[in-house]
Amino acid sequence: MNLTMVLEMAAEGFGDRAVVGRRADALTAARLRDLAAGGAAKVREAGADAIVYLAVNGPAFPVALFAASLAGVPLVPVNYRLGADQLGQLLANHPRALGIADPAQAEALTAAGLSTRTPGEWLAEAAATVPETVDPADTEVPAVIIYTSGTTSKPKGVVLRHENLASYVLETVEFASAGEHDTALMSVPPYHIAAVSNVLSNLYAGRRVVTLEAFTPERWLSTVREEAVTNAMVVPTMLARVLGVDGDRSVPSLKSLAYGGAKMPLKVIERALREWPHVEFVNAYGLTETSSTISVLGPDEHRAAISSDDAAVRARLESAGKVVPAIEMEIRDEDGEVLPRGASGRIWVRGNQVSSEYAGLGSSVDERGFFDTRDRGRLDAEGFLFIEGRIDDTIIRGAENIAPAEIEDVLLHHPDIDDAVVVGVPDDEWGQRIEAAVVPRSGTTVDGAALREYVRERLRGSKTPDYIATWDELPRTPTGKILRRDVVRDLLGERAAS
Amino acid sequence: MKPRVGQTLASTVDGTTVIVVKAPDGDVTVTCGGAAMVDAKAKDSAPAGEADPAQMEGSQLGKRYADDELGLELLVTKPGQGTIAVNGAPLPLKDAKPLPASD
Repeated sequence: MNLTMVLEMAAEGFGDRAVVGRRADALTAARLRDLAAGGAAKVREAGADAIVYLAVNGPAFPVALFAASLAGVPLVPVNYRLGADQLGQLLANHPRALGIADPAQAEALTAAGLSTRTPGEWLAEAAATVPETVDPADTEVPAVIIYTSGTTSKPKGVVLRHENLASYVLETVEFASAGEHDTALMSVPPYHIAAVSNVLSNLYAGRRVVTLEAFTPERWLSTVREEAVTNAMVVPTMLARVLGVDGDRSVPSLKSLAYGGAKMPLKVIERALREWPHVEFVNAYGLTETSSTISVLGPDEHRAAISSDDAAVRARLESAGKVVPAIEMEIRDEDGEVLPRGASGRIWVRGNQVSSEYAGLGSSVDERGFFDTRDRGRLDAEGFLFIEGRIDDTIIRGAENIAPAEIEDVLLHHPDIDDAVVVGVPDDEWGQRIEAAVVPRSGTTVDGAALREYVRERLRGSKTPDYIATWDELPRTPTGKILRRDVVRDLLGERAAS
Repeated sequence: MKPRVGQTLASTVDGTTVIVVKAPDGDVTVTCGGAAMVDAKAKDSAPAGEADPAQMEGSQLGKRYADDELGLELLVTKPGQGTIAVNGAPLPLKDAKPLPASD
């Protein structure tokens, strides 16, 4: 099983259909295949053992993905926002790679001893060397290596094999199922797993993909309208910013909006459902290590939840939906025992789409093939999955383990709060003490002492933050994950200054 | 033969190839146009099969053919003229029930 199979099927099944880029200059499926073959020839000519992609999203990205597959080398999309040190360490793992970089990042590749070309030059090189045929490549070589964001630990290279990514596509997408004029808008950067899975699933479905090089809410709205976008994928912070735009927020062509990558605040999704009643909303939960989506809250479930008077059904709007058929899930306690429905624990998953290896670090699964997501969660009576944050974010106050997500939920439900984070701050007496930072709704102010009382009434004393700061925004990655280390640092700085 | 999930099978009477999406535990005989399908990697060394004119109803690109009772599901990656069958019975086309697009 190989990703080039997805490309071959698309080129054979609907070769004339536009699949990549804006209407004015979109690539057809057949042209994408030609360019990928040209790119593969270039990789072989250079004797490269990987393609490193250090640029914003655009047509060069799918060409690089399939060129790598055809040449039998992995594609390594790299975060162009990493610092020079981290970038240098990461590039040192791929000394024989062919490099594609935006002009601003070219120096990092040159410093690491790699060849470099811009995305435009890459496309031109590929177009100039389209071969008649391509020799089949070794499919045992990884298809993609993605480095985790490293918000809680050092970035790890997740090895995604052809089998992982291809089974994700075959299990979740129906071939050529998209309408002829369906168009997807992708806003996440290429080093995010969703950008890789998006290329594959849209091409397999026959849906044209338009990318935003750099997200702004205004540009997102104008692109949806100009390109008649029918399907889009965003991270929660992007949706919140789009809904915050003053002026025209209409999206007449949009049929489906998928979101994921971080927790969606209830207030944001409720507002989106009201604002765009014609749009179908899909919440997807997944990790880099699982080739993207492993559970889905679909459009009907969104509607059932928001219109229900039953608290348990309504709460599902904040769930990650149901596990997809190709994935087995277990919720286990810290000793590895499988817990019954309703109990919170560590989420473990197994399936063909799950990566079993970190580059240079070996196996990432247990003896039964299950992968530890390091996320906390629970399944309700009907199998809806609720994510309760990262295990690594657990606060240990005295001898008590406290999940920040529970306290964050209480804060986020407060009518005057738009965003909230709870962290453990080093403490001489308790080991860690609980502190929080909140972002008040625009035009309101919140009182820290009153807010602490609000939490105490709903949880209990030991789960009430010792201090709650009020900030204009929380530090987040561009893909919406909160940078908790920065929160702790800033809280310590704020207390030292006061 | 015992098909494996992820394995590509090739017809010996035409250009049909399928990928195994679901496979049962036991042995099954998968045929295309009446002749046994082989592992795609072994196709070049396999003798050409003889097509049964009564089993030339064809297959469609990207469609799934499945016997749920048996637990066998095949996805057509290259279509051809031969009928895909298991243990002598043509495999029916499976209804598509795609998940909502999530990425």
